[in-house]
Amino acid sequence: MNIDWAALGSVFGVSLAVTVALVGLFTLGIIGLSKQETAAASGSGSGGSVALARTGAYACFALCAAAVAYGIYLIVA
Amino acid sequence: MEHITLLLGIVIVTALVFDFTNGFHDTANAMATTISTGALKPKTAVAMSAVLNLVGAFLSVEVAKTISGGIVNEDGLKTEVIFAALVGAILWNLLTWLVGLPSSSSHALFGGLIGAAVMSMGWSSINGGTVVTKVLIPALAAPLVAGLAATLATRLTYRIGRNTDTKATAKGYRAGQIASAGLVSLAHGTNDAQKTMGIITLALVTGGVLNPGANPPMWVIVSAGVAIALGTYLGGWRIIRTMGRGLTDLQPQQGFAAQTSAATVILASSHLGFSLSTTQSCSGAVMGAGLGRKGGVVRWSTATRMFVAWGLTLPAAGLVGAGAEFLTKQGPWGVAVTAALLIAGSAVIWVLSRRNAVTHTNVTDDEIATT
Repeated sequence: MNIDWAALGSVFGVSLAVTVALVGLFTLGIIGLSKQETAAASGSGSGGSVALARTGAYACFALCAAAVAYGIYLIVA
Repeated sequence: MEHITLLLGIVIVTALVFDFTNGFHDTANAMATTISTGALKPKTAVAMSAVLNLVGAFLSVEVAKTISGGIVNEDGLKTEVIFAALVGAILWNLLTWLVGLPSSSSHALFGGLIGAAVMSMGWSSINGGTVVTKVLIPALAAPLVAGLAATLATRLTYRIGRNTDTKATAKGYRAGQIASAGLVSLAHGTNDAQKTMGIITLALVTGGVLNPGANPPMWVIVSAGVAIALGTYLGGWRIIRTMGRGLTDLQPQQGFAAQTSAATVILASSHLGFSLSTTQSCSGAVMGAGLGRKGGVVRWSTATRMFVAWGLTLPAAGLVGAGAEFLTKQGPWGVAVTAALLIAGSAVIWVLSRRNAVTHTNVTDDEIATT
């Protein structure tokens, strides 16, 4: 009986890190978008900070989309 | 397709039936949280999952070369043993569906195969160490890994988002959840449909129709993909209900964290060389997400019943598999009796399930009326 503890350990570590990172990124993206919406609705806030929030949000979503694409690549490969 | 004997034909049909039960048993893994948080309507969710399962079945060309991955010595495995193993796996899948408990279809298949192989060739045909490394340790590790990841992710997302309006963000979380659920469905199609292709191919090889090492014919790939997709579309609503509502109450944030954790664990484990069960990862992730929210609860009575079912999967499917092999060993009439018993058993379970039917219309209700 030969248990591959190293593989199990890396599954543990990678799963933990990737899940937390992805969920964190996605949450930041969602918050960025909702902040931008409230700012646009109330008319307050400078144009610069709204644009920054939106760009940041899209960057977060782009990273998440890349992770999904990598996931599909892993399934196909 | 020439020279297919009656027994071989029965095995192929039974393998496809197993594939079908595998589909509706495991719909919950991808779609239970998606349905319970309202990200997708029940029917839409199972339709999406079915399509992705079908696509997944065609995606990868690497078909499982063994049924059990080394748990059972498959050299010289008789066709009837494969049949007996499938009978055990199907009946256990149906029984756990009746009581609405998520359990691993692969473990049911391993159990059936172990039971049938022991009855046919004795204990020496079982590789005990592989049972520990491929079944026991993953069964313990999967819910822990996925649960811990989901708990931390849930905490994090509530913490980062504590100052935002939950209504404004719910839509975003739901979209993210659909993406993770899609990945789980796709991965399920590639893994599990291929298991059935592997079984049918192995049966064709043992029956002398294909040469050893041959690739599965196109009709095998198509029928396996279609069977799992149909099963998925039927929707194992009883299990979806347990996973989506029975274990804990999920908000969109939690559903997203749970599904992302499940998808990550499944993909990471299968590509880092330590395969973890999809069902156990998903159940663990749901419980972890339940624990991660402040004031969130996990219904431990339901969880305990589920753990018991996991523990029973291997021995129970094994006993049925052994019994089925005892009958099929007796000759053609034994195979006929086993097939008749399988059909009768499935019919009884189906009739019992009608007493308190769970369908796409009431899957997220608070109470299920008993009629």
